[in-house]
Amino acid sequence: MSAAFRTASGGRIDRSKQLAFTFDGVRMIGHPGDTLASALTANGVRLLARSFKYHRPRGLVAAGSEEPNALVTVIRDDGRTTPNLAATTVELYDGLVAVSQNRWPSLKWDVGALNDLFSPIFVSGFYYKTFMWPRSFWQKVYEPRIRAAAGFGEAPKAADPDRYANRFAHCDVLVIGVGPAGLAAARAAADAGARVILCDENPELGGSLLADPSAVIDGEPGAAWAASIAADLAARETVTLLTRTTAFGWYQDNMVGLLERVTDHLADPPDHLPRERLWQVRAKRVVIAAGALERPLVFPENDRPGIMLADAARTFLARHGVAAGSRAVVFTATDSAYAAAIEAKAAGVSVALVADLRREASPAAEAARAAGIRVDLATTIEATSGGLSVESVRLARVAANGSIAPGETIACDLVLHSAGFTPTVHLFSQSRGKLRFDADRGVFLPGEPHEDATSAGACNGAETLAACLAAGHAAGAAAARAATGGEVAERAYAAEGLAIEIGGHFGEVPHGRDASRVKCFVDLQHDVTAKDIRLATREGFRSIEHVKRFTTTGMATDQGKASNMNALAVAAATMGLDVPQVGLTTFRRPYTPVSFGAFAGVNRGGLFDPIRRTPSHDAAAARGAPFEDVGLWKRAWWFPRDGEDRHAAVARECRTVRETVGVFDASTLGKIEVVGPDAAEFLNRMYVNPFLKLGVGRCRYGILCRDDGFVYDDGVIGRIAEDRFHVTTTTGGAPRVLMMMEDYLQTEWPELDVWLTSTTEQWAVVAIQGPEAREVIAPLVAGVDLSTAAFPHMSVADCRILGLPGRLFRVSFTGELGYELNVPADYGAALWDALLARAEALGGCAYGTETMHVLRAEKGYIIVGQDTDGTLTPADAGLARAVGKSKPDFVGKAGMARPDLTGPHRKEIVGLLPDDPKCVLDEGAQITAEANPAKGAHALGHVTSAYWSANVGRGIALAMVEGGRSRMGTKLHVPMPTGPIAVTVVDPVFWDKEGKRLDG
Amino acid sequence: MLLITCPYCGPRPEIEFAARGEAHVARAAPDADGEAVAASLYVRSNPRGVIAERWRHVAGCGRFFDALRHTVTDKFVATYRVGEPRPDLAAPAGAGEGTR
Repeated sequence: MSAAFRTASGGRIDRSKQLAFTFDGVRMIGHPGDTLASALTANGVRLLARSFKYHRPRGLVAAGSEEPNALVTVIRDDGRTTPNLAATTVELYDGLVAVSQNRWPSLKWDVGALNDLFSPIFVSGFYYKTFMWPRSFWQKVYEPRIRAAAGFGEAPKAADPDRYANRFAHCDVLVIGVGPAGLAAARAAADAGARVILCDENPELGGSLLADPSAVIDGEPGAAWAASIAADLAARETVTLLTRTTAFGWYQDNMVGLLERVTDHLADPPDHLPRERLWQVRAKRVVIAAGALERPLVFPENDRPGIMLADAARTFLARHGVAAGSRAVVFTATDSAYAAAIEAKAAGVSVALVADLRREASPAAEAARAAGIRVDLATTIEATSGGLSVESVRLARVAANGSIAPGETIACDLVLHSAGFTPTVHLFSQSRGKLRFDADRGVFLPGEPHEDATSAGACNGAETLAACLAAGHAAGAAAARAATGGEVAERAYAAEGLAIEIGGHFGEVPHGRDASRVKCFVDLQHDVTAKDIRLATREGFRSIEHVKRFTTTGMATDQGKASNMNALAVAAATMGLDVPQVGLTTFRRPYTPVSFGAFAGVNRGGLFDPIRRTPSHDAAAARGAPFEDVGLWKRAWWFPRDGEDRHAAVARECRTVRETVGVFDASTLGKIEVVGPDAAEFLNRMYVNPFLKLGVGRCRYGILCRDDGFVYDDGVIGRIAEDRFHVTTTTGGAPRVLMMMEDYLQTEWPELDVWLTSTTEQWAVVAIQGPEAREVIAPLVAGVDLSTAAFPHMSVADCRILGLPGRLFRVSFTGELGYELNVPADYGAALWDALLARAEALGGCAYGTETMHVLRAEKGYIIVGQDTDGTLTPADAGLARAVGKSKPDFVGKAGMARPDLTGPHRKEIVGLLPDDPKCVLDEGAQITAEANPAKGAHALGHVTSAYWSANVGRGIALAMVEGGRSRMGTKLHVPMPTGPIAVTVVDPVFWDKEGKRLDG
Repeated sequence: MLLITCPYCGPRPEIEFAARGEAHVARAAPDADGEAVAASLYVRSNPRGVIAERWRHVAGCGRFFDALRHTVTDKFVATYRVGEPRPDLAAPAGAGEGTR
């Protein structure tokens, strides 16, 4: 049993095995070696898609990844559907299920095809010009409906069940594209001793050699030669050979991204393999051997199924043993399409004629005539007809003066066309290499490279097989020499094969139709016609970048691989300019679409972002504490007891800390150990506070500014020994503070003998705050006299805690008697449990970050980054007393002395009390002098912190206010949508102004 | 991704480094006037051409170093240790635009 359009023999398929597959539910048979495109063609299926905008019936245009039309969805199971795959790149496997896209109810009867009838009004910019009113309708009504009508496949809804791998690799020479030039380059580089990676997007190596039956290299058929060279390379340890691998993107300094499709071609992918593998290859040298793509002719109604590129038909025939039709018309502007005609005829396809746009008969034309094929010179196609497939074409003769005479109508089911070939310069251009315009051939070729890369073969303008092989060998040898110094002997390949024409015909062909009405498609994937591009130039768009955006030509998933040069030519011709004057659109990554899965790799779910948990995390979770994200940390927010809501829990915790005692996990504080003979001098220069005279065993609240004089971080700094300090930072600030310290140490004061070590993760820290704090910790701490006389507020000591080497601070962020106990991080959970058990026995409780925030605000303690915003000096923050003014220098000393950083206009941190004691202000709310300020009135500042204070019995707030401290006792206003709120400016200390409670 | 040559570790990928702004900008003296302080804090050369920059091999050796980079081509021309003078580039390749 053989499919209708399968040739009797030939092709690189295994005819002994059958693969069953379905397309839109219809079961068909193909063979190993088929793509979905070739198998469908073999079965006579030509209608594969509906077009993006007009829903016109579409079939195959190309045989490779540049295919614009035949996008399908492949379904493996519920979780594995992949939309928008070019059928030409989908390898057939047994049981493959594919469906068409962008049609309803079916591919043959598509309601959306009505759009085609109204196409005269669907010109470029139509949607934006038409659906303008009412304004609010665009987002809610028009855009969703337009998007539903125009479009590609549907994204899968379930999470992707597949695995994606990521690999880094280095090599001397990376060869991109494994046609004749790439094979010769890789062979030369490997022979010279270089480590080589070579990659090709196809499953089989050989590129154009696989599709050219006339190719002979050193006496061997081209495909067989490719196979033997590939086998030789694959056997070498220094060579990595990657098939089904697309070099999709060039990043800087010869970093090239490769996407390897590992299992998509398998009927039953084994579990141990990832679906795709992303390679990040850093190559000393790169040889780009990307080849050339055939360019379509732009003629009226050139989009019907059955109208395809001549080279694609050759590929289907030579590689897959498939004839693309039964009666062909070949339409060409170059010689190479004659080979398609001759090969098709040899395979049993009736070739009605070759219509050649050129006026002179070339040797190829004579050869075709000798083979019995009719050749009409100076002939164009000016119309095609057909329903779901092409049925006939109408010829026209182009006179020497350019006039057009209508000609006969030829029945056919296949039109093969070729305008010439365009070098594939995408990667070269991505690498920031400059393209140069070859005016003789009308193409852009690689010019001055930006990276250590060479283009070789057809992508560099070579047209013959011999030239490609010679260029490949030279490029491979040169790359190896540059990368490793290795040498390889000259090698001359004896090669014959079909030559292609780089260049050819550009833009719309001559025809006698009404150019303002007829559809000559330039970009098939986005339904852009030559008249759309002319309209864009009429509307004033001059740069191709603007024409592209207005018409969307070249902006579909194929990025205009087949269409860009034609679009450029149409635009240039309309404006009467040369192509280089119109410019070339930028080539962007990726060359072909790359799945999000490949980019994400393993970085999804729990591995998407690191999560940092405190030692008390599990204990807090067991008590039902919600967690607050602070940077990467999860911090317990509050610890609800039976039935308590947030408000009740926080109020209870706040009261308990002040009445008895509370336990708080402070492990997230950043910690830096500053050690060395000059440690005190270093801190004295880094922090605004003086540190030289700080005694061993004593602590100081330190403020860190940047050199601009603005507060950057704060924290308690304890002197452990003459040459050792324990510096704490804000929870989020540790990395940047360490970075800043290293910066000054290494670059400003390299003479200082100091070492900095991050110890954030080494210490677990539990804070005990409240009148009973000493009672809680006393039995657990050894080696330190806890009496206030011996160990007053702001003391630090190394001691034993739970029998472990620990570090005890007497510090307070609540205004109560307080300690912070540091133990090695592994014992943090044990310390938490022990302290909490003691505290609860005394009537205390655990408290979370929300309670911590309220308690510190009651005392007017600021949080850097919440109450400051990077524009406040220590004086603005009410901390002028901390600044060591007599120090000769410190970071920020000159900066904070700038004239503009002092004076009555500065914003200062103050307290606010709403007149209504029950009111809790909104953080971030603006503050004004007037209750009902005029629109645009100047705000005096904003609320930075606002809480309900159970201890004070009212709402309290901290705020940044212009000249704030001079406004004590005055009334200001917080305008809100519900009306202005009157507030009084007060001292920011709401609780225990005298600070008596610090000693319990 | 740029390949940056750490003067201590050799060539490493860009993700291991942190850029820290222009190099050879003197920190203002503690008694400098406002104009001088503002200049040292905020005024940068912003050349079209080669710029000297401070970089740190933060995910490697942790050392700060200086580098010459071309702002148009984004190519590193040289890297050198802190305290060493800016290398004299008589005629750097591709630096035709010149510095300010």
